[in-house]
Amino acid sequence: MNVEQTTKWLALFAAKINDNKQYLSDLDSAIGDGDHGMNMARGTTEMQKALEEKQPDTLMDIFKLAGMQLVSKVGGASGPLYGSAFLGMAKAAKDSDDLATILEAGLEGIQKRGKAVAGEKTMIDTWVPVIAAVKANELTKEVVEQAAQSTIDMQATKGRASYLGERSIGHLDPGSVSSQYLFETMIEAGVINE
Amino acid sequence: MSKLGIVMVSHVPELVYGISRLLNEVAKDVSITIAGGTDDNEIGTSFAKIEEAFEKNEGEKLLAFYDLGSAKMNLEMAMEMTDKEVVLYDTAFVESAYTAAALVQAGAAFDMIDAQLQPLKVK
Ligand SMILES: Nc1ncnc2c1ncn2[C@@H]1O[C@H](COP(=O)(O)OP(=O)(O)OP(=O)(O)O)[C@@H](O)[C@H]1O
Ligand SMILES: [Mg+2]
Repeated sequence: MNVEQTTKWLALFAAKINDNKQYLSDLDSAIGDGDHGMNMARGTTEMQKALEEKQPDTLMDIFKLAGMQLVSKVGGASGPLYGSAFLGMAKAAKDSDDLATILEAGLEGIQKRGKAVAGEKTMIDTWVPVIAAVKANELTKEVVEQAAQSTIDMQATKGRASYLGERSIGHLDPGSVSSQYLFETMIEAGVINE
Repeated sequence: MSKLGIVMVSHVPELVYGISRLLNEVAKDVSITIAGGTDDNEIGTSFAKIEEAFEKNEGEKLLAFYDLGSAKMNLEMAMEMTDKEVVLYDTAFVESAYTAAALVQAGAAFDMIDAQLQPLKVK
């Protein structure tokens, strides 16, 4: 992956979050506190502004700036979680431009922060299958969407939705959908060829 | 013995403000700093407010209490970036903050306070 693709990727991601913020918050209303879309849009808007202003020119600096903006602007759990993902990716991008390596470092960042594993109905359930598909050279938008959809049948055991217990089953996890947008725009930006 | 302080983080500004009033009544000499709500005082938590609560606290060793989810995550991020020693408690928010405040006021040592807090772990 290179700087040009990554810059395009994050711009498309910010736009997609903004276009779908109401939908993301609606998903969060069903099993959480109804703020996921607004939280994310606040963060990605500031992230995009900062990226355009500072025009970082290495992968590491792009991810670092994005991560710091998300940590400080989002205001919900997704702030430290996506923030830690991007900061982890920044660290990995220091010595590598390999997509799978960088995404794995992002996932590690999320897990270090949120202590969740696959199957707990969180954004991790989008990340894990996506990274496996990147490694196998099999990533498509269908794979990404399928990963997010897999959270419908899960019971939440982390995050706000966990307070609902079995009542959380049958709903799509909002963070898995914002992560779906992250990986769909990654494909759209040509970071990886479908 | 390092001077102890208390930090509280919640999603709603009024919540930590209210608890700090409760604590101040029994712990008027203890440094208690709070971080409630987002930067715009909306419901949520703020990394910057937590950093400030660490900064402004007169304690050298801080006992940190929180309400839910992202409060803990933001606390842990801030802990990685501060020079102060911070101990995070996954304990019942009001009960444990109150216990800590009363014991710090009474001059109890950290180890004794820490032991009193352990049974209050709920998350
Ligand atoms: N421990 C966790 N690990 C991984 N992802 C998590 C965790 N907790 C929550 N999430 C993800 O975050 C999403 C919710 O993000 P949102 O911005 O709405 O935060 P929130 O739950 O409202 O935050 P808060 O903790 O402040 O209430 C969930 O849909 C889930 O995907
Ligand atoms: Mg929410």
